[in-house]
Amino acid sequence: MKVKKYNSIKLPVILMTFYIVLFFGCNNSETDKNDIRHVTNSKEEKIKSEKPIEFAVEPPPFSDGIYPCTSCHNNFKPNPVRRVLVDWHDDISAMLKHGEDRWCLDCHDLKNRDSLRLASGKLLDFKESYKLCGQCHGEKLRDWKVGVHGKRTGEWNGKKTYFLCVNCHNPHSPKFQPLSPDPPPIRQEDIK
Amino acid sequence: MKKENSRRSFLKNISLATFSALVLAGCDMKAIEEFLQQNFKTLSKKEKDRIVKNLEAKYKAKYGKEFHVSDKSAIEGTLFGYALDLSRCIGCRRCVYACVKENNQSREPQIQYIEVLQMDKEKGIDFAHSTAQYNPEKVPEEGHFYLPVQCQQCRHPQCTTVCPVKATWQEPDGIVVVDYNWCIGCRYCMAACPYGARHFNWGEPNIPVEEINPEMHYLGNRPRTKGVVEKCTFCIQRVREGKYPACVEICPVGARKFGNLLDPESEIRYILENKRVIVLKEELNFQPKFYYFFGI
Repeated sequence: MKVKKYNSIKLPVILMTFYIVLFFGCNNSETDKNDIRHVTNSKEEKIKSEKPIEFAVEPPPFSDGIYPCTSCHNNFKPNPVRRVLVDWHDDISAMLKHGEDRWCLDCHDLKNRDSLRLASGKLLDFKESYKLCGQCHGEKLRDWKVGVHGKRTGEWNGKKTYFLCVNCHNPHSPKFQPLSPDPPPIRQEDIK
Repeated sequence: MKKENSRRSFLKNISLATFSALVLAGCDMKAIEEFLQQNFKTLSKKEKDRIVKNLEAKYKAKYGKEFHVSDKSAIEGTLFGYALDLSRCIGCRRCVYACVKENNQSREPQIQYIEVLQMDKEKGIDFAHSTAQYNPEKVPEEGHFYLPVQCQQCRHPQCTTVCPVKATWQEPDGIVVVDYNWCIGCRYCMAACPYGARHFNWGEPNIPVEEINPEMHYLGNRPRTKGVVEKCTFCIQRVREGKYPACVEICPVGARKFGNLLDPESEIRYILENKRVIVLKEELNFQPKFYYFFGI
């Protein structure tokens, strides 16, 4: 029952989408569920950002000026010693509350600073971080792929935007932060 | 007894007099046309087009911006269903206000299609001990869960059967709608609805001009008048264009799921087939198409 509705899409929207695709290098055209089966198992140890990813996702929510990491880290000698960070990224050390015993290099790569690293040693672009999360949270990833866990926006029958795990959960402190509620409805007895 | 005083002639004369009074009172032809307009279901394509055009002009004159009023009918092969994840909802009420804005509900007097109920985890789903008035600094509150209630879009809606003028009905895609021009405001449907999902315009609705949503549907979010009943339509103006309802789009925790029940590939079908699903007041056999589930 895929009713495609393209007649309402205006030229600027198409142009805009084109630029976005160009800019982020991600494939917006297909969010089909069949794509789940196209997950490659190749052991290539390099970032495949030029290859289409499986889902059109929102870009990761980087803090201003934090990415690319290499813009600072190129000047530092990598230090693989597990420690609490003090001079820089101390905010992350302070908030880190993820599982029992996690630290930076469980997810970040020591040498290739601009990429994440799976437990297998495979490097991963930040745009595909859901695969990293899925290593431990497999059942959440399964639900996310079919659109049950997490949020999707767009069309119920067409193009959807998926949100990465990190768009809602801070990866360093993943518990969903409480929100202040909008005002309650006016009670009947308060109506003048 | 004189013949002129018969009941028949009285009725004839009084209706003539009313009509002439209306004309003399300076009512323009459009208002009279609107007054004499038939039930939406019986209108021809041509009549609908004219009515829609008149409405667009009327709203432009009233609110001073361009409006688009759609009369798009149901997409073939769709039956809309909704699922809400009770394990995720945090009771932030973002949906309530996104709905108000999208559907041009009256701000004062206040009308809201979604009522978020706070319940005790210990008691479970228990309407008698729930409250919609919770207002802490932060939600969710310890020991509570949240259950938003809106129109359950029943497969056997009793609100439609009790309507004495057939001003409300179920569309082929399963959405229960109201023809605001045909509604006489008797509120029988409100009495028939066990979910409290229908709302009556006790006063003239009030919408800030800058917040009014110009994308409208005749059976959906076009401005209502005093004395008619309104309800959630799954955002008929959005879903018939392929978009998600406003409450789905806004939900910050992704607890709200929407889709086509007839499409086996849809996320709503996945939920029905794989998750623990309940409906409210199942014993009434209204068979809602609004499901609650536990995602965890």
